[in-house]
Amino acid sequence: MEAGAATATPSGGRSFLERSPVGRLPDRVLKWGLTFLASLILVLIVYFFIRLIGQSQDALSRFGLSFVFGNDWDVSRNIYHGAPLLIGTLITSGIALLIGVPVAVATALFISEICPRRLRTPLGVVVDLLAAVPSVVYGLWGVFVLIPKLLPAEKWFASTFSFIPFIGGGTVTGPNYFIAGLILAIMILPIVSAISREVIASVPSEHKEAALALGATRWEMIRMAVLPYARPGITGGAMLGLGRALGETIAVVLVIGNAPVIGQHLFNQGYSLAAVIANEFGEAQGIHVSALFAAGLVLFVLTLIVNVIARGFVARGDRGRRGTGATGVTIAPAVTEP
Amino acid sequence: MSVYVRPPEVLPGISRRRRYTDWVMCGLLGLATLIALIPLGLILYFLVKRGAGQWSGKFFTTDPNGNFLGYPGGIRSALLGSLEIVGLSTVVALPVGIGVALYLVEYGKASRFAGLVRYFIDVMTGVPSILFGLFIYIVLVLSHIGGTFAAWKGAVALALLMLPIVVRSSEVVLLLVPDSLREAALALGAPRWRVVFRVVLPTAGPGLVTGSLLAIARGMGETAPLLFTIATATGLTASLGQPMNSLPTQIFQDITSPRNAVVDRAWGAALTLVVLVLIFNIVARLAARRSRMT
Repeated sequence: MEAGAATATPSGGRSFLERSPVGRLPDRVLKWGLTFLASLILVLIVYFFIRLIGQSQDALSRFGLSFVFGNDWDVSRNIYHGAPLLIGTLITSGIALLIGVPVAVATALFISEICPRRLRTPLGVVVDLLAAVPSVVYGLWGVFVLIPKLLPAEKWFASTFSFIPFIGGGTVTGPNYFIAGLILAIMILPIVSAISREVIASVPSEHKEAALALGATRWEMIRMAVLPYARPGITGGAMLGLGRALGETIAVVLVIGNAPVIGQHLFNQGYSLAAVIANEFGEAQGIHVSALFAAGLVLFVLTLIVNVIARGFVARGDRGRRGTGATGVTIAPAVTEP
Repeated sequence: MSVYVRPPEVLPGISRRRRYTDWVMCGLLGLATLIALIPLGLILYFLVKRGAGQWSGKFFTTDPNGNFLGYPGGIRSALLGSLEIVGLSTVVALPVGIGVALYLVEYGKASRFAGLVRYFIDVMTGVPSILFGLFIYIVLVLSHIGGTFAAWKGAVALALLMLPIVVRSSEVVLLLVPDSLREAALALGAPRWRVVFRVVLPTAGPGLVTGSLLAIARGMGETAPLLFTIATATGLTASLGQPMNSLPTQIFQDITSPRNAVVDRAWGAALTLVVLVLIFNIVARLAARRSRMT
């Protein structure tokens, strides 16, 4: 490359090697330009938070704490107590974690420890492809395939196990908490699995070899060497999955039933924070709009808390290692001065 | 002697209980992997089964017409609108995202401010996509900047969503550029900006392409940020200042339709969308394979 710009003509009090003030200008522009871009992100997020609080002020001041804890969301009477939404969000995300995390971790263990080396990359790619399916397509599939196909099984399950509280008894509706949770489980599977794979790959091979050398079987090696080491990272991955599940909108709004009540059991209709925004925002007026912004604020705070805790776990599991960042979630290592 | 044969007189064999536990657990892990693959197979199967039949010349060259009888129209406006919106959001998100990543790698490094920026980027990754829609609604739609609903506002919402993905993937790639290259250029007397533009960026190029393509694929499938920003239009428009149709919003609307023909259009459109997203993903992976820098 040309180094011509570096050799400025000697003039004034500058040394022969020093760059002219004009020659130094692009450097400063670049540095401060990039710094400006970076700070823009901070400003944007803080600004969004403030504006969101401002927009939801009306609803929050009118309903106070009962906006979160009251159980009465009635558009026709203009009463917005959002407990059904919050509980719907928590129930569906909980189901998603219960189903999704064990499968995701098992998949990660199988791919990185048990399956033949040649199958590793293709299997990993296929699991990652689940993340590429747009949420509206999950919704479409849920509405026209999953709901009708699973309804008989759900009815059988609800009547057979009707003695278990929150599961049996009552009517089984097509769209319900369980279907929403199941779809969310499928949607969080790739991210939880990808992070688990990354964490498992970082278990020192000395630990694994030591376990095997002491006579452990493969499963005992996984249980005694891999899992204890990878636990914080896997927990963090599960929390990140929870963050995804809490905020998922389009797939949930299509399969949760959109009934603003707290469903009596697993196979009842409900609502969620994200779903209510997507569903009612278009026709909302007056205080209703503000209530929906407040729902957004609650969702924002909820996902924020979950994500902050998750980052803590992932960072702890990541300490002292180079983050590969293949999924864009690991904490990148701090760069040392060259 | 093969290493797998254990001389029985030296070491006692693994007890039957432990061996069975090992088999059962490894089998369970394999079973879970199979279970994880079932949804993908089912989704692709139903997409092809119900969507492929919809594909025709007419499907891609007509707009949704809202007639109650007859052919409900194809997805031309949705497809073109999606490409236009995602294209604009790419133009916004890529320079900003790569710029922030450059700041983090070249200038910010381990400083406290850079750490803060990284943290906020992580926070942004976790913000639900519908909240970006709300944000743009508050900032750009409520304030009536350039009309109410407009395609470019949807593009900005998508860009916000893509930004953290671009930053994170670019930062990882830029970190892989060997410091010796930077030092060599600096030692030859090149100013910092020239090092960035002529050495760092070209070296990291293919990796940056991978991250960008993944971000585009992600933005392409998002519905929620578009709902309150581009509104709903069915006609074909090239103007970014007006409400515009897009594939995800079109599918979202069609799902709730009582007409079978419209639902069929949703399947066809969904297949189109998934094919587009998969193409971006595959190209991204191929680009990643060509750019093993280490």
